Amino acid sequence: MHPRCSGVAPAAGEDANMNKAIISVKALVKIYKMGDVEVHALRGVNAEILNDDFVAIMGKSGSGKSTFMNIIGCLDVPTRGQYQLDGVDVSSLSKDQLANLRNRKIGFVFQSFNLLSRTSALENVELPLMYNKKITSREMRERSLDALEAVGLADRAHHFPNQLSGGEQQRVAIARSLVNDPVVILADEPTGNLDTRTSIDVMGIFQKLNEKGITIVIVTHESDIAAYTKRNITFRDGKIIRAVEVEKPRNAAYELANMPVMAEEEEEV
Amino acid sequence: MKLKNLLKAALRSLAKNKMRTFLTMLGIIIGVASVIAMLAIGEGSKQSIQAQISTLGTNVLMIFPQASNTGGVRMEAGSSQKMTIDDVTAISDRCPSVAYVTPQVRSSGQLVNGNMNWRTSVYGVYPNYFEIRNLKLMSGNLFTMNDDRSATKVCVIGQTVVTNLFGADTDPVGSFIRINKIPFKIVGITEKKGQNAFGQDQDDMVIAPFSTVQKRIMAVTYIQSMLASAKSEPLIPVASQEITDVLKAKHNLGPSEDADFTIRTQTDIAAAATATSGILTILLATIASISLLVGGIGIMNIMLVSVTERTREIGIRMSVGARGRDVLLQFLIEALLISLLGGFIGVTLGVLVSQLIANILSWPVTITIQSILMSFLFSSAIGIFFGWYPARKAAGLNPIDALRYE
Repeated sequence: MHPRCSGVAPAAGEDANMNKAIISVKALVKIYKMGDVEVHALRGVNAEILNDDFVAIMGKSGSGKSTFMNIIGCLDVPTRGQYQLDGVDVSSLSKDQLANLRNRKIGFVFQSFNLLSRTSALENVELPLMYNKKITSREMRERSLDALEAVGLADRAHHFPNQLSGGEQQRVAIARSLVNDPVVILADEPTGNLDTRTSIDVMGIFQKLNEKGITIVIVTHESDIAAYTKRNITFRDGKIIRAVEVEKPRNAAYELANMPVMAEEEEEV
Repeated sequence: MKLKNLLKAALRSLAKNKMRTFLTMLGIIIGVASVIAMLAIGEGSKQSIQAQISTLGTNVLMIFPQASNTGGVRMEAGSSQKMTIDDVTAISDRCPSVAYVTPQVRSSGQLVNGNMNWRTSVYGVYPNYFEIRNLKLMSGNLFTMNDDRSATKVCVIGQTVVTNLFGADTDPVGSFIRINKIPFKIVGITEKKGQNAFGQDQDDMVIAPFSTVQKRIMAVTYIQSMLASAKSEPLIPVASQEITDVLKAKHNLGPSEDADFTIRTQTDIAAAATATSGILTILLATIASISLLVGGIGIMNIMLVSVTERTREIGIRMSVGARGRDVLLQFLIEALLISLLGGFIGVTLGVLVSQLIANILSWPVTITIQSILMSFLFSSAIGIFFGWYPARKAAGLNPIDALRYE
């Protein structure tokens, strides 16, 4: 069903099918200056993420995976190297241009949900659209409700974050990342603050969205979460050391259906 | 971000911390209210002075002779006797900007009616004096130029004189009084005018035809001063110049020689009298503005706290596509809302306080539109000025650091 995931990453020097590559980085280097000390966070990373892909980026803390995520999320710029997002060369853009790019092409999901407190779920979802002047208030409302519907929270639209469970908050965050119709959703440890069942639930939503054709990149250090994705890229010391296809991705929807049994087993153990 | 959404976001974040917002606003409220009240008091006193000055008459010019100089000994101002009735005729003939001109002599006289007597000033003037000084009669008639030509012994008296010679609430028109033993017929009574700007009772006087006073009471040939009125307020300086030229020519003085007379206009007097109150107003308003400034610093302080507190929110907004200027605008609008809302409440409070001062202390109080507009402008300027630095700080945050901020 996904013939595009045919093992092209890392794609250094490889002439990949450009119209399908959502994210393409070449010789990416990021150096932080901490006083006099230079920290090499990324030491020449080459990677390509194609349309429809569902990638897990793995690695220990300090391996450079977060830096990589920040750069492909246009929150940070590389020290050297090239980065193309959906055909746009990002390396040379200004701060405002980066903000626009985040607004139009990227959806973020964070470990700590990062919802605005005392702001309803619906308004949290509307937030990215507020920074897009072309969108009318009505369109904003409709698209936000659709996004909430897509994560199964249409009935919670007017709840405030403190009235929602962790899983529900993360779903609101996913709805927010969806609402601007991004080319890629970037999720940084999306299940890090959630229990097992909710984690699987959230992964199920990602799988569902990916089936609809949305490209998703998640950062995780849990290999059982990575097992729900299609491809795993592992970082160590600022470099990609491994990029493998997941042979048989786990099916969150199926597991969830059988969850009560599993939950009991876990408790017994 | 659209303005509507910006406003909504700003209002919501202000509503989240109602107490804090109110206290921050309080600085501006007190500042604006005190500026409004101080300006109202200043303006009120200025206007009441101007109102008093205007009792002098309309567009009045006063022409006095200079001090006389006899063998190097200079006498008091106005003691020169060079000014004559010919000067009056010359001015009325040759000064197109002058509406009326009258000679004026003043003597003091002992007034007697039956067993009552009273000492007061007796003015000798032309009937047009009433036009110049805006004097109106309460009862009776004015004497005429014919009375002046024949030096008829008629007079118009003020309310104070009526009260002292005839008792209050009487109408003595037609009665006779003696002024320095000379009998005068009372033909009219002036309307009550009250005190002038210098505390002088303007109703304590007798006005009689010029010639009557000059010849029968004082027995002199010169005139003490002249009173003229310009045709309109802007013409006052023109009239003053015309009178100077005519009188200099009449007195054989070259254009470069010093005049032997002085002209004081109503505008000069008003300016002098309001200058003090103007200085006081500025002083009061400055002190009040300082409290507004302190209020502004309060805004800056709280906005800085707010930026720090909401670093994470800023990070979230930036991650979903807010540009620096969107964040800047959001915080700036919050600061502006605080100061504008504070300004609005402050203006209302200031107006109330001014009314209270007017009612309780019965001070003259005038609230001008300018002072309200100025307070509004000033407080919004303060909002922008003191909101700018915190907003700038928020806008300059790095999205990654902001997102990670705990």
